[in-house]
Amino acid sequence: MAVSKSLNVNGKQTQLTIDDPDMPLLYALRDNLALHGPRFGCGLGQCGACTVHVDGKAVRSCVTPLSTLKAASKVVTLEGLGTPQKPHPLQKAFIDEQAVQCGYCINGMIMEAAAFLAANKGKKPSETEIKQALANNLCRCGTHARIVRAIQRV
Amino acid sequence: MTNTFIHSRRDLLKGGALVVGFSLTSGVPGVLAQAAGQTAAAAKPVALTEVDTFLVIDAKGAVTVYSGKVDLGTGVKTALTQIVADELDVAFNTVAIVQGDTATTPDQGPTFGSLSIQIGGMQIRNAAALARAALIEEAAKRLNAKPEELTIENGVISGKTQKVGFGQLIGGKTFNLKVDHAKPPKWKDAKDFKIVGKSIPRLDIPDKVTGKFTYMHDVRVPGMLHGRVVRPPAIGAKLESVDEASIKAIPGIVKIVREGNFLGVVAQSEWGAIKAANQLKATWSKWEGLPEQAKLYEHVRASKIAKDEPGATNVGNTKEAMDKEGSKKLRATYDFAIHTHGSIGPSCAIAEFKDGKLTSWSASQMTHHLQKQLARMLALPVENVRCIYVEGSGCYGRNGHEDAAADAALLAKAVGKPVRVQWSRADEHGWDPKGPPTLIDMRAAMDGANVTAWESEFFIPQQTPNMFFVPLVAATLSGLPADETISPGNIFQNSAIPYKFANINTINHRLETTPLRPSWIRTPGRMQNTYANECFMDELAAAAGEDPVAFRRRVIDPADKRGLEVLDRVAALAKWENRASPKRGDSGDVVTGRGVSYCKYELVRTYIAVVAEVEVRKTTGEIRVTRFYVAHDCGQIINPDGLKNQIEGNVIQTVSRTLIEELKFSRSAVTSVDWVSYPILTFPQVPQIVMELIDRPSEKPWGAGEPSAAVVPSAISNAVFDATGVRLRSVPYTPEKVKAAMRGSA
Repeated sequence: MAVSKSLNVNGKQTQLTIDDPDMPLLYALRDNLALHGPRFGCGLGQCGACTVHVDGKAVRSCVTPLSTLKAASKVVTLEGLGTPQKPHPLQKAFIDEQAVQCGYCINGMIMEAAAFLAANKGKKPSETEIKQALANNLCRCGTHARIVRAIQRV
Repeated sequence: MTNTFIHSRRDLLKGGALVVGFSLTSGVPGVLAQAAGQTAAAAKPVALTEVDTFLVIDAKGAVTVYSGKVDLGTGVKTALTQIVADELDVAFNTVAIVQGDTATTPDQGPTFGSLSIQIGGMQIRNAAALARAALIEEAAKRLNAKPEELTIENGVISGKTQKVGFGQLIGGKTFNLKVDHAKPPKWKDAKDFKIVGKSIPRLDIPDKVTGKFTYMHDVRVPGMLHGRVVRPPAIGAKLESVDEASIKAIPGIVKIVREGNFLGVVAQSEWGAIKAANQLKATWSKWEGLPEQAKLYEHVRASKIAKDEPGATNVGNTKEAMDKEGSKKLRATYDFAIHTHGSIGPSCAIAEFKDGKLTSWSASQMTHHLQKQLARMLALPVENVRCIYVEGSGCYGRNGHEDAAADAALLAKAVGKPVRVQWSRADEHGWDPKGPPTLIDMRAAMDGANVTAWESEFFIPQQTPNMFFVPLVAATLSGLPADETISPGNIFQNSAIPYKFANINTINHRLETTPLRPSWIRTPGRMQNTYANECFMDELAAAAGEDPVAFRRRVIDPADKRGLEVLDRVAALAKWENRASPKRGDSGDVVTGRGVSYCKYELVRTYIAVVAEVEVRKTTGEIRVTRFYVAHDCGQIINPDGLKNQIEGNVIQTVSRTLIEELKFSRSAVTSVDWVSYPILTFPQVPQIVMELIDRPSEKPWGAGEPSAAVVPSAISNAVFDATGVRLRSVPYTPEKVKAAMRGSA
């Protein structure tokens, strides 16, 4: 049965109509709100392509049921960080470093790294720490070295 | 004024050129708008022999390039744009590219084999060079000047006093010029390049890092429904019954589609389709047709041989040399595991039927092949199928895109509405075609340090000649007409060696079948074959007590100066110490070593030499690849940073394949169905990469998509030998295999 769900996404309060309160957040963002940032990769929380921020923390939206989110929970996607015209410093760093091949995993890399940097504000994380922070984000093209360099630029 | 080469588009239409009807509702996202834009150009030719096939210039001078080769996430779109902008002398940002649309782009062959720049790009360059010459000729008439007095900059041709833009000369009209790619026109001189050879930032990256980019997975068509497939639990199982009531409680179910052993569901919402596919109860027959994984290579060795093919460099009589008494004999057997493509985004496609015509959107690397396959499966005339490429997740060979397109076509036909099919992770891991298992026997005879005979036997599945059609899963399961082909790609390549020995005998045993549906995965065959050849070369160097770089240098054809140069450059880059392997003398649990490998791709193009540095922890058998040095010569470099990005990717992906990856299966099905059961390399394991690109602006550009991957497995094995004195001859080099090898040598 269709139910209404209130979500705060990228600073806007929106009402969704959904069949299943336990539908993962990913499908609400992609199918109901037509966002392209969060990506479907595995549906199992294993690869990180679907990562978004919920109240500042990086979460895997493919395994986050909508029912666990409050109307006031602040969901931020890659689109909420910045735009091609006004990119977030991390997005700009990825452009400057050309740290993309196919780019399918890059949403997860940026969202995970943004949360990691925010949690370590004022610190300059080492290469090893950055690699550890991204250890559960998969990239198949082999863009890892550039991704690490991009994060080090910020 | 009469134009010799410029005809109006109206003339062309009168001539009965193909006009593809293609209507789209407004307000659809980017990629469909692009497709709608293509409608305007639908009257253009698609034959490889026409300049107008490749280029359209509008009244404002904006250039649209039509490319049959597509960007699979490697940056080829940017590189092709550079080539055209430079050859035409137009500004880089005035060039747009349409890729892989069977209605508007030429069939330049699949985007495989490291040929997008080397073949596809040069065909487009030919068209651009002819177009530029024609524009100058026309401008000379208009400006009443001699062609040699004219200069071109940013699409404007200037004489002494007057100027005329490309848009004024050709806008809205056609060139009506032939292009013969076998006799290419003169290209720009290397000294005149302004855009080619520069690290122009990639066109797609700003949108990709901000969520603005539209991947295949993001495309939505008006009225579209969501489909999911329900694959059998065993590859050859028969569908016995379906309990339709089992998904009754799920809202928005449109249809359960059953055709033979093909089963799928269509629902209003994507989540509804996912739940339906997971919950639908069906019974299937038992099937256990796969060999036992533990005996895979016995199975490969015992497989029926369809034909034996000799290597291209066979020479002399190896038997005599092998039988000669007193010479040293070496033999070794190598094997290389089954790999899956493992794109991070599982395959996705949309299909729509309208008036008996099928439109298919997918990330297929070969839309022109897919068009024929879908037409065959559905018994449609080829011209009633249009396949449109939309970039997807990284594609490293023929993965599941074409199969998802076939799934979508069957479901869309069944419900009479457009259907999007998104494969699950298990669909992708379980059902994309695989890189086949490879078994290689090597033998050699040596007199002192001289190799007197080289014998190699490669056990690899056959390839249906010139038929790169991997049978579609949906066609096979449904019982509809399926291709009766086997297509692992040209995996014999690089079984022959780039070295001069007096007696060489290479045989490719082309096997009738291989356990799982094969296809090509990055560097198909070239990787496996180079791995065995370069590991065995290292074994011979060690047997000769000679430095492995010096040993190779001695037997490369001295006329092959570019080959010698990459070896010398990588040795200098890695500060290679001239000595024989193994190193010996390292004490402690962690030992280090270095290994070299060399390849001349397909023996006719791109040269690569690499040095791997490794650490091996003896107690655990863990290998850490710490650094890779690469020297790379692919002729003219179009975009140096793009090339570096690709080479880094090749090295990292192949370190993953070499150390970790092995597809697991039961007697019934693939059991590596996610990232836990098929792990890949993660950030902490990524090596440092140091590279030197050799640019040759006056040479032709050769492929770079794959070659640097060919040398990675052998360089690592050779480095492990240097560190430990133990040979690894089975990919992947798991800790268990390393420990077993060390026990064997103790």
